[in-house]
Amino acid sequence: MNQTEAPPRELDGITAPPLRNGELDFEAPWQSRVFVMAQALCEAGLYAWSDFQASLILTINSAPVAPDQPYRYYDHFLKALTNLLRQKGVVVEEEVYALALQLGQLEPGHDHHDHDHDHGPHSH
Amino acid sequence: MADRSEVELRAQALETLLIQKGLLTEAGIDDRIALFNERVGPMNGARVVARAWVDAEFKSALLRDATSAIAPYGFVGGQVDKLVVVENTPEVHNVVVCTLCSCYPWAVMGLPPKWYKDPAYRSRVVREPRKVLAEFGLNVPPEREVRVWDSSAEVRYMVLPLMPERLAGVDEDTRIAAIQRDTLIGVAEVQ
Repeated sequence: MNQTEAPPRELDGITAPPLRNGELDFEAPWQSRVFVMAQALCEAGLYAWSDFQASLILTINSAPVAPDQPYRYYDHFLKALTNLLRQKGVVVEEEVYALALQLGQLEPGHDHHDHDHDHGPHSH
Repeated sequence: MADRSEVELRAQALETLLIQKGLLTEAGIDDRIALFNERVGPMNGARVVARAWVDAEFKSALLRDATSAIAPYGFVGGQVDKLVVVENTPEVHNVVVCTLCSCYPWAVMGLPPKWYKDPAYRSRVVREPRKVLAEFGLNVPPEREVRVWDSSAEVRYMVLPLMPERLAGVDEDTRIAAIQRDTLIGVAEVQ
């Protein structure tokens, strides 16, 4: 990795990632992981950054417009990366879905909205 | 549109497949995130701690109601709707976990480390905190109480670590630079 190059790599216009106070704004760990994965794979020579940008533009433009929904940039980002890797013959989309399903069964409870475990201090 | 958990699982599946194919390594991804963290400037939490160490009024407000105390900083969003700061003292050491998943106050603590999500850390730190802390290189003497704080979607915790003597009287930037992320989780002391 070229350490003098400041992240994010150039993404502007509709492909620009959300920023807060000038810094990348990730809402969840998976978003930062997907973001650096896209950079790492580009640097490994799997695609040119312009290819990724084109895939992202296509994904964002072809997504249904949902004005009442919050804009989910990193959902588009993940889809664009998966599509590009499929085009490059790196992954098969079904493979990703099948594994996601498997991981979901292995790891119940990552959805945080319906749990009732106790929170607070445990003293030792 | 997929819900949060579904898209997160797809991201995790893609990462797993790319690692299996030898195109990425988990450590490589972690390193990049760490680098990122350093490059986006001092963690907001470090700024808050560095001030609380020298500003008694701010510290007392922080411990009373951290969400309000940090509001003027403008760290909006990023999971700090309800932040509770717990203070380390010579008598008490605090450590933060989310036993169910990986709730984490991003806005004040930066990007969470991968081990924070690790089921082993999540379950063991509650059961045998001293042992887990020792594995992190932090030996808490038996007479010092260890309190484990379990984060949730509603409440996030941050540790206010003890200020080492060497930082008394130094400027703010030096204090901020000394505060590592792990000290805000409570798995390390400020050196």
